[in-house]
Amino acid sequence: MKFGVVIFPGSNCDHDTIYLLRNTLGQEVVELWHKDHDLQNCDFIILPGGFSYGDYLRSGAIARFSPIMREVISFAENGGYLLGICNGFQILCEAGLLPGALLHNPSRKFICTNSCLKVQATDTIVTAQVDPDRPLRIPVAHGEGSYYASAEVLRELNDNNQVLFRYCDADGNFTEESNPNGSVENIAGICNRGRNIFGMMPHPERAADPLLGNVDGLSIFQSILQAQDTVEG
Amino acid sequence: MEDQLTTLETAQKLGLLPEEFEKIKEILGRTPNFNELSIYSVMWSEHCSYKNSIIWLKTLPKDGPRMLAKAGEENAGMVDIGDGLACVFKIESHNHPSALEPYQGAATGVGGINRDIFTMGARPIAQLNSLRFGDPTLPRNQWLMRGVVKGIGDYGNAFGIPTVAGEVFFDDCFTVNPLVNAMSVGLVEHGKTASATSYGVGNPVYIVGSATGKDGIHGAAFASKDITEESAKDLPAVQVGDPFQEKLLLEATLEVIASGAVVGMQDMGAAGIICSNSEMSAKGEHGMDIHLDRVPVRQENMLPWEILLSESQERMLIVVEKGKEAVVEEIFEKWDLNCAIIGEVTEGDRLRYFMHGELVADVPADSLVLGGGAPVYQRSFKEPAYFKENKQFAIDQVEEPKDLKAVMLHLAGHPNIASKRWVYNQYDSTIGTVNMTTNAPADAGVTLVKGTERALAMTVDCNSRYVWADPQEGCAMAVAEAARNIVCAGGEPVAVTNCLNFGNPYNPEVYWQFVEAIKGMAKACEKFQTPVTGGNVSFYNQSSDEGPVFPTPTIGMLGVLDNRDTFTSLAFRQPGDLIYLIGESKNDIASSQYLYSWHKIRQSPAPFFDLDKEFDVQQVVKNLILENLIDSAHDVSDGGLYITLLESAMPRNLGFDISTDMSVRKDAFLFGESQSRIVVSVKSELQEQFLEFMANFDVEYSLLGTVNDGDLIIDGESFGEIEEVKDLYHNALHRILESETEAQA
Repeated sequence: MKFGVVIFPGSNCDHDTIYLLRNTLGQEVVELWHKDHDLQNCDFIILPGGFSYGDYLRSGAIARFSPIMREVISFAENGGYLLGICNGFQILCEAGLLPGALLHNPSRKFICTNSCLKVQATDTIVTAQVDPDRPLRIPVAHGEGSYYASAEVLRELNDNNQVLFRYCDADGNFTEESNPNGSVENIAGICNRGRNIFGMMPHPERAADPLLGNVDGLSIFQSILQAQDTVEG
Repeated sequence: MEDQLTTLETAQKLGLLPEEFEKIKEILGRTPNFNELSIYSVMWSEHCSYKNSIIWLKTLPKDGPRMLAKAGEENAGMVDIGDGLACVFKIESHNHPSALEPYQGAATGVGGINRDIFTMGARPIAQLNSLRFGDPTLPRNQWLMRGVVKGIGDYGNAFGIPTVAGEVFFDDCFTVNPLVNAMSVGLVEHGKTASATSYGVGNPVYIVGSATGKDGIHGAAFASKDITEESAKDLPAVQVGDPFQEKLLLEATLEVIASGAVVGMQDMGAAGIICSNSEMSAKGEHGMDIHLDRVPVRQENMLPWEILLSESQERMLIVVEKGKEAVVEEIFEKWDLNCAIIGEVTEGDRLRYFMHGELVADVPADSLVLGGGAPVYQRSFKEPAYFKENKQFAIDQVEEPKDLKAVMLHLAGHPNIASKRWVYNQYDSTIGTVNMTTNAPADAGVTLVKGTERALAMTVDCNSRYVWADPQEGCAMAVAEAARNIVCAGGEPVAVTNCLNFGNPYNPEVYWQFVEAIKGMAKACEKFQTPVTGGNVSFYNQSSDEGPVFPTPTIGMLGVLDNRDTFTSLAFRQPGDLIYLIGESKNDIASSQYLYSWHKIRQSPAPFFDLDKEFDVQQVVKNLILENLIDSAHDVSDGGLYITLLESAMPRNLGFDISTDMSVRKDAFLFGESQSRIVVSVKSELQEQFLEFMANFDVEYSLLGTVNDGDLIIDGESFGEIEEVKDLYHNALHRILESETEAQA
């Protein structure tokens, strides 16, 4: 599988994501510059974390208009796999590829901490190999990560099993205390109805190196690679 | 130029001394015009020239086998870490801007220190900071603290470099004048660095990055006759930071260095264009012609001296090899950054500035800079009376408390000791995927060096109370603690950067503190073989109400783990493990947090400290780690042994069962802060090997007890459970700072 990581000028998790895919997982990765229009035949595109164009206005508000996004949007609308992590998730919501919005954390503070989450839907390419019973410990790091959607949208998300992850405590209970940013219904990540566009606030690429004492994020990437093996096998 | 000749009165308003004004006239052979006088006033300020400190700074050890760029040679120190890599690191203060405007003051401090790193070609990989505020329960201090922490976070998080360690300390003496010190650490391959120099007649001089505005122009503005009250209003005193521009500047700068087109480069921080021009030209022994009207500006009608002195952020000055202009311009175009040729390198040593073709200033570069013509002063100093008074203290004057548990809770919940989670959770510490302490807390920040087996350890340390009590020993202790933290985390101390925060140097008692601190730093750095690679001096930290702040020579230390497997956490691992104390318990509570805030005794000497013993203790622990005989190491510092044990127990919700030493008072044993002690834990099956190994060293050590599953037991008596104290320790600061918000909610 050929991965493409989009690089906006203010992306700052691009190197981490590329390092994981290329060095740890041995995958082919290309860098997709925000001013370009060529997706270089990638099979899976990732919008990494960061502050795309400074994000002084509202996270992701400008990025959706960038040159590369025209191609990314049409790629995804045609069923291509697209994952947005943190700022990437914010951009996907701004671009209307995923429903809802990411609001300022209620504390009005940036928060960086390990969060726990549980997989809610295992029938996607990013969650198929993740144990839904075991809470994953994955870092969050954002100022605008409070997921919000209207009651109607939430009903749709739940009815269609589009909630990928919810914040939980270490024992897997969905509590208020374990919700680091006040996200509605503890939602940490969602997908579209077509199950090819994914967004999540936590950073699985930061929990994928045994030297850092936590590999809980690896299973998300391994799910993607496993799906590829299944297709190719 | 002649129509704007200056007078002594103007010079003094700009902060220059009469003899300095005379010296300028002598250098130029004429009376300077206002532009030139402004240039000298900023370049000869303490900030740029170190005129009141350099004599003493030169006594610090600066040589070592790993040194690649020594103190004073470049924008930051550079040391060899092996595998063809060099580490560039530096600490800097932003105290006064932060006192006025905490958010932007702190943010631009982070921006400035990172530019010092990447202007040398190194990519920043980790940041640290050292903060001091007044009583955190007071609203104004909370305002300062919220602003500073948010400023550091917003800038550093967007810039995208993890903050991996730091310290926060509270004392009333910092109420008006908080201290904000920021450190950055970067990596570069040997041979891919850039130097702050300028040569090659005809080479173009570029300014790149943000446009220049009237921000951060200091005293000059208020002394100029050309400035009306009305126009002074649009001169912000504090610079405004833009981390997005900084991120673009970082990437573009590293690309342009890699292109091979760069002759020399320096960021623009204090004193703006003039500082970069003069330091680079003096170093490269050439002159420069600069056309100020070609500098991209963000407001109209800027005067020559305003452009010269502006401290607008996120800018770099680059001297490019003639003929390679297109390469450079293409890179900055890619990153959508300003990139303008503003002049060229000339023969000789003159810096000549033009505005629309007219010469507006003409000065010799060398006359402006440290090591050149900048003045150097020897200030007088005098031992203050309090120093001897402190030594009158004896432990017998203090009654031992009956209720030890009350003291324990007081300390565990004291803002100086309790978790700084409220602060550090606002900093991105996991970006970069190098931080080894995210899931295994340690005494120092430890980061992987990707592509190698190595890791870096780093820490910032200074107990301002100790330094006030005894500047020489207190500063030696700051170095010792930094080294101890590196050693406990599994590293080898390598080099030091310092941030010297003191009061007014013209006050002989303040200057005595400075001189003594330098002496202490010098002897400790010699002992640990950690040369001082540079840093920053910040004088005038005081207010009329409270006098000078505690003298605070913050030590930023870098260490190397040749193999990352030696990384050692401070956390106890499992019940049943044995707890040993390496080092000696002393009947000493001097300058401890316990004495200061429980007994409210403010005057006592610094805690007991013996530099040679300290070194020996560190060597033992270093070897225990190399021999794989211990599972955790955590030094005894603020709050004493009890707090150390608590901090080792909390990460895994463990407890401890220990015995005190009959020969030492119980409060001294548990809460005293005598130096050179490290708590380690040993698996019971390794006890014999551990004891055999310890027999090789002439260092005191003792068995304290064992790790258990969550009870806090001392001499058979229970002092509660870990969960209870952990809640207090983790949330004390949060409760102080968020109580109002929660009450409203």
